Amino acid sequence: MATTTMSDFRIDPVSGLKIHKTANTLVKWNAFAAVVFLLVGGLFGVGVALTRMPSVQLLSPELFYMALTAHGLVNLMVWIIFFEMAVLYFLGAHVLGNRLATPRWAWAQFWLMLVGAALVAVAVLAPLWGGAPSSVMMTSYPPLQAQPHFYLGLILFAVGALIGCFVFLGTLVIAKREKTYNGSLPLVVFGGVTATVIAVYTIVSGALILIPTFLWSVGLISHIDPMMYRVVWWGFGHSSQQINVVTHISIWYLIASLVFGAKPMSEKVSRGAFLLYILFLQLGSVHHLLSDPGLSSTWKIFNTSYMLYLAVLASMIHGLTVPGAIEVAQRRKGLDTGLFTWLRKAPWGNPIFSGMFLSLVGFGFIGGVTGVVMSVEQINMVIHNTMYLPGHFHGTLVVGTTMAFMAVTYWLIPVVFQRKIALAGMAKWQPYIFSLGAWVFSIALMGAGTLGVQRRHADITFAGQPLAYEYPEIAKGLMDLGEIFGVVMAVGAIMYILVVLASIFAGEKIPEGSAPWPKVEDADVVAERTGKHHVGMWGMEAPGTFILAMILFATIVLYYFINFKYLSTIWGLS
Amino acid sequence: MGTSYTPPTNPDWWREPIERTEIWWIVLAFAWCLFMFGWMVGWHFVGPQNMSNEAYKTTPEAFSKKVADMQAKYTVRKDEATGEDVVAPPPGSDVYLAAMQWQYRPILELQKGQKYRLHMSSLDVGHGFSLQPENINFQVYPGYEQVTTITPNKTGIFAIACGEYCGGVDAMGHHTMLGRIYVKE
Repeated sequence: MATTTMSDFRIDPVSGLKIHKTANTLVKWNAFAAVVFLLVGGLFGVGVALTRMPSVQLLSPELFYMALTAHGLVNLMVWIIFFEMAVLYFLGAHVLGNRLATPRWAWAQFWLMLVGAALVAVAVLAPLWGGAPSSVMMTSYPPLQAQPHFYLGLILFAVGALIGCFVFLGTLVIAKREKTYNGSLPLVVFGGVTATVIAVYTIVSGALILIPTFLWSVGLISHIDPMMYRVVWWGFGHSSQQINVVTHISIWYLIASLVFGAKPMSEKVSRGAFLLYILFLQLGSVHHLLSDPGLSSTWKIFNTSYMLYLAVLASMIHGLTVPGAIEVAQRRKGLDTGLFTWLRKAPWGNPIFSGMFLSLVGFGFIGGVTGVVMSVEQINMVIHNTMYLPGHFHGTLVVGTTMAFMAVTYWLIPVVFQRKIALAGMAKWQPYIFSLGAWVFSIALMGAGTLGVQRRHADITFAGQPLAYEYPEIAKGLMDLGEIFGVVMAVGAIMYILVVLASIFAGEKIPEGSAPWPKVEDADVVAERTGKHHVGMWGMEAPGTFILAMILFATIVLYYFINFKYLSTIWGLS
Repeated sequence: MGTSYTPPTNPDWWREPIERTEIWWIVLAFAWCLFMFGWMVGWHFVGPQNMSNEAYKTTPEAFSKKVADMQAKYTVRKDEATGEDVVAPPPGSDVYLAAMQWQYRPILELQKGQKYRLHMSSLDVGHGFSLQPENINFQVYPGYEQVTTITPNKTGIFAIACGEYCGGVDAMGHHTMLGRIYVKE
């Protein structure tokens, strides 16, 4: 067993955490790689956005399909999973005051993911230098075939991520054995464990289907059944997005504590909700298979509902308990008047908080509401593979996950990179610009999808086709509007990248051993001092949050029935 | 006392009572979850729009032959725009529609208010059936033949766009793929 000494650690003045230097280096490299890939993927995203504007149509179809494949892979997989590796190491080592298990394997994780991503990039971007294309989209459904190194790159990337998961689990074993914490794991680390369990399932599914597909691409296997591929691939493709949800929810809980000194309203409820994710969230991969032939409705309904919607229940719980914890903390600190004083007086100029809260509200109202409705087996028929889909998942992955990752970055930079945030004025505005872009983008695209505009489509005007079809003018208008805000979203992303690069390369250094930064006071400690034990009204500690939750509830119910009303007017289908 | 990033201060956190805000929300949310589940099942019994559960294994050759047989039997006229056959199978019959790079064929003519058994399969890669402006969307695969009973409830000219990326080059590809269904009284 490796021995560690105190000199392997430093006490961080910003967070007060005892930080393992090797772990910190790995967090740095993974986070840095993530941000670079966000930039790369984002640039392809701008190309996609400017092509999907019917009045611009920047790229030729071939280049568009290449850019769309690159954008999907880089932003959905590479940026997010690199960042998640940083988060996992941070949770296992930094948060627990612990050393990282097997740093060499952790480096293997980093390099395998990097080499894998590079291989995929070479395959996808080959048309730029006259090579054979691999424009098969992120989903790479056979019988469409990419170059062999496309699949090989994905496999290496996934193996790297799997190694990262086990390094995290090993790190937890060390923490337990070396007693770096007492009792149960902190809630955010519990969330990290949840994400890891789902990640292992996800990556194994990916390996199960990508390895045979790779063998098929080199001619060793004659045939990949397209339906089988979809069933197994979505165990990877969908579940990988569930890892994001779990990770960003953990980040919400973390930020609530960092900014407000809030504690979870109930450890039991929040952990129970994470447990529901482990048990039921992966069933959601059938959301992508609802309009496929050969799968029975019984199987579809059981899975698409995550067995009685128990994973939806979990998300609804987190959606209440995170703002609820903030409300209780604010009230205990004296903002115990009215329904929303606690929220009005929140630090809206602090991008750590504003980013987190925008992520929470946007994820609930845009990604969440639409996700629940679109995954109904019957409703799926009127949205499947339309622009509604990109609208929805930008409402989860960009509005929710990416915004949360950006928000926590503003805290991680001083802690991990030991630099103060540079361009603080830009950082303050960044969550608002980025969210404005992402929210309008998502909503406009969902509108266009409801009007039938297809996704992954280079030319929605069908120019020059004898069997012409014209989408309604309003659909084209919504595409123009949405993609303009797509560019606004890109501006927000570039602001983030500028702040990150300026801070870590030119930000004011926070020297080791400098005086501890003032910490946010624990709300309970304040309440103890002031004797404020009973807060809230109507016998509820968080009545404002309850009202917000009721608005969300009414939105879901209304939107659910509006969609059934629309469904009931179309051709009979049975 | 406590935060989300430190261990729970009460080691017996499992026995802590749950606060009322959370209890009410969990009860309400769970009731809605059960309702949604019941409604999705119930729509299969009372709703007129449901996924078909009927599907068969097939091959591109076998399916092409069924399409050709139907076309030989029920072609009624030439389409003005393309000069291709327009096929009008009788109400209640089996209708075959093939997806291929990069079109849906044949062009069909159906009657409003009549039932048809629509068979769909692909002759090459994966495609998506997307009927516009109704916005009805299904996946279509090679090797699988899905049968959906359809009842057009409006007259007019309907386009079939492709809902699943199916490759192609600039001049011709996923973005140029179309088919057509005429529905008359």
